[in-house]
Amino acid sequence: MSTTGSPAKATDTSFDAFGFIARFAPLIFLLVLMAVFAIVEPRFLSSINLFNVMRQVSITGLLAIGMTFVILTAGIDLSVGSLLAFAGLVAAAVAKGGMQDRFTVGDDAVGYGWQLAALAAIAVGLAGGYIQGFAITRFKVPPFVVTLGGMSVFRGAALLFAAGGPISGFDKAFTWWGQGKIGPVPVPVIIFLVAAIVAHIVLRYTRFGRRVYAVGGNPEAARLSGLNVTGIICSVYVIMGFFAGLGAFVLAARLNSAEAVAGTGYELTVIASVVIGGTSLFGGAGTIFGTVVGSLLIGVLLNGLVLMNVSSYIQQIIIGVIIVLAVAFDTFAKSRRKRG
Amino acid sequence: MPPAVTLMQTEPAEFAPLLRMSGISKSFPGVKALESVDFAVGAGEIHAFLGENGAGKSTLLKILSGAQAPDTGTISLDGKATVFATPQDAQRAGIVTIYQEFTLAPDMSIAENVFVGRELGSRFFVNHGLMEEETRKISRRIGLDREPSTRVRDLAVAEQQMVEIARALSMKSRIIVMDEPTSALSRSEVEKLFTIVRGLKAEGISTIFVTHRLEEVFEICDRYTVLRDGRNAGAGRVPETSIEGIIRMMVGRDVGLLAHRQGSFTQSEVALEVKGLNRKRKATDASAIELHDVSFKVHKGEILGLAGLVGAGRTESARAIFGADPLDSGEVIVGGTPARIASPSDAIAQGIGLVPEDRKQQALFLGLAIRTNLSMAAHDHISGWGPFISAARETALVEDYRRKLNIRMTSGEQLVGNLSGGNQQKVVLARWLALRPNVLIVDEPTRGIDVGAKVEVHNLLIEMAREGIAVIVISSELPEVLSLADRIVTMREGRVTGNVPGPGATQEQLMTLMTMSAPKAA
Ligand SMILES: Nc1ncnc2c1ncn2[C@@H]1O[C@H](COP(=O)(O)OP(=O)(O)OP(=O)(O)O)[C@@H](O)[C@H]1O
Ligand SMILES: [Mg+2]
Repeated sequence: MSTTGSPAKATDTSFDAFGFIARFAPLIFLLVLMAVFAIVEPRFLSSINLFNVMRQVSITGLLAIGMTFVILTAGIDLSVGSLLAFAGLVAAAVAKGGMQDRFTVGDDAVGYGWQLAALAAIAVGLAGGYIQGFAITRFKVPPFVVTLGGMSVFRGAALLFAAGGPISGFDKAFTWWGQGKIGPVPVPVIIFLVAAIVAHIVLRYTRFGRRVYAVGGNPEAARLSGLNVTGIICSVYVIMGFFAGLGAFVLAARLNSAEAVAGTGYELTVIASVVIGGTSLFGGAGTIFGTVVGSLLIGVLLNGLVLMNVSSYIQQIIIGVIIVLAVAFDTFAKSRRKRG
Repeated sequence: MPPAVTLMQTEPAEFAPLLRMSGISKSFPGVKALESVDFAVGAGEIHAFLGENGAGKSTLLKILSGAQAPDTGTISLDGKATVFATPQDAQRAGIVTIYQEFTLAPDMSIAENVFVGRELGSRFFVNHGLMEEETRKISRRIGLDREPSTRVRDLAVAEQQMVEIARALSMKSRIIVMDEPTSALSRSEVEKLFTIVRGLKAEGISTIFVTHRLEEVFEICDRYTVLRDGRNAGAGRVPETSIEGIIRMMVGRDVGLLAHRQGSFTQSEVALEVKGLNRKRKATDASAIELHDVSFKVHKGEILGLAGLVGAGRTESARAIFGADPLDSGEVIVGGTPARIASPSDAIAQGIGLVPEDRKQQALFLGLAIRTNLSMAAHDHISGWGPFISAARETALVEDYRRKLNIRMTSGEQLVGNLSGGNQQKVVLARWLALRPNVLIVDEPTRGIDVGAKVEVHNLLIEMAREGIAVIVISSELPEVLSLADRIVTMREGRVTGNVPGPGATQEQLMTLMTMSAPKAA
């Protein structure tokens, strides 16, 4: 506290209970949900099932990490599922050594190996993200429109590329990235958590991360503070593309197959994970921690519903309702905070 | 309608205050904003509500207007205890607030803004004709000379404020609360506002008036209440006190009114020269202000004042130099070499900084921490390893400016949006000081800043000049320009109309230059 003048007096008495709950609401909700499922369905808490949930979450979770960057700038990316399908097919083709050899199977495959396959998936993702970011910043088309277009374009490209069929059967080294384990922990889970930690560090502690929040919070003030606003906006779509490519690779490895309809409807799950995790659709506020919790929450919910034999149609309805409730709660908490 | 008040000139509030707030306390997480504050206003009274930045004025007024709930305390109107749970409650009781930041919808018409939420007409359909008719009546009363169908976006700040007043009047208010209404107005606009407020007083309507320009208190107010650190520090009749007395109540010690520059500047190297800046109005942006052949120089260590009325092109020149707006033609020469400045980041790379005039729209990230806001332009000075920001350096930076500018905050992690208006302004200033520029342009640097802090900001600008920085000060307050500037450039309608030495210049001389026609360019 200052030595001169008279700073605002700090009081320890006024603990902001509401603010605390609002801040950790997703985490609290996750724990409550897990407790409920554990009581209703004891199989839920088995370590096999829990790792299973985590593994299922890891692909959409990776996408959600990228989506957090995008939404922090008040943008949106609807093309993630399509881009993932396209990138996955390209990676599969590379793994197989080209489209001619795409029907060779398993360890007999002649392809270029998982390293090049992974690079190809990520390269496709980066390129797809860059093209969209460029269109958004250069031609000033709203992200919603550009990525809605991208959603259609990449899906079409995937269908065209696949020429009607899936590409399946990779060597062990490839599928390890989706099916392998390190100790008891599935590899995709490790990839997801490492990516989350890196993203958290980038957003929290680097100049770039600061600028992402700034651009989302007040673009005009960011510009007048000397920030390269268009560059930053473009780069978040590139980051999103990177995660779409990485997710595509891991998904292909897990399913031992890539197909043109992969990732259909992912945009909903991914955006829901981010929003439920407390990131504001208006930009400038949100955390990777929240996104991880949001992803887990959706994963746990779906898993529990499956264990309880709830039909997948009803699951869709529940997810939709929860998204709206999450945003409504966020808005309510904000106005509450303003009123003090 | 308010009760007829006949004897208000003699002793309005002592006997039957219209409004009485007693024992009001309010805490925010980590801050006690108000502690058992009493506040009373009489009918037909113009009441000055004063205090340093962060003293709790806006908080008390938000409680009065039903926007926030007090932790403890009571409000009584006409001697009857009331509770305002929502702004609508307060409005129904005749208390209407015009906030420090306007709340108009820029793309709606004047009439729609006046009647927003209370549209006239039948159950389902809005009667635009009737609304515009009513709006026109009220506009005439306060001298707002605009068609009610005009979009608010196309109005000047002063006119927007009149729309807020029109809205208040349309609600049959008995008390109009104005939180720093004059901070964004020029002198002539202030006079217009005062005429309106005096008219309201004659109708028996009370006004609560927050300002940091203390001369205004003596010009128009009947009574005053002063807060210090969230507590009552004094109240009484204005004629029975003095500026010095009020300042003592506000800050608890004596403070000079203006810092004075002691003519320490001696001509040296030119830091920045602009030559023939021109900008034509674009069809897409008809309200933009044109620039015609704007040229001036500022030397290292010099403070240059840019004086002019609202719309004279001072802000536009500054923004053009800084690369925030495009120019049609003109040259910006930094330290002797022509610079190509196409964006603010180019300007910053050339060592030019700009503190913009509208802190909320153009400078602050309200949802981010003070720390983040303060260091935003100075990332190069606080970088750590690789892409990282050094937390230690950043903390030191924030601490340094908190002390230098006496910013009232709980910690660097506090959201800037939770600071009082004046402290927000200090954070913006600190951002640009932290950049350590060669040329610093400050647009209305003391808007909304209290007397004590104002002197601190002035001293800071003087200090910067002493360190060799060229400082350009844009201010609507002539005394501020006169007390700071080594040289004063006056503008009118996008043209430079005068360039005079600061010491020895007078308000009258500047006013003449600011209002006379420019010598037309050949
Ligand atoms: N929503 C909030 N959350 C936390 N603290 C707040 C909030 N609103 C106000 N404060 C704090 O309460 C104190 C009083 O603020 P207030 O806005 O009432 O000051 P003020 O007298 O209007 O100052 P100014 O002249 O600068 O406008 C300040 O310390 C401010 O930081
Ligand atoms: Mg205030």
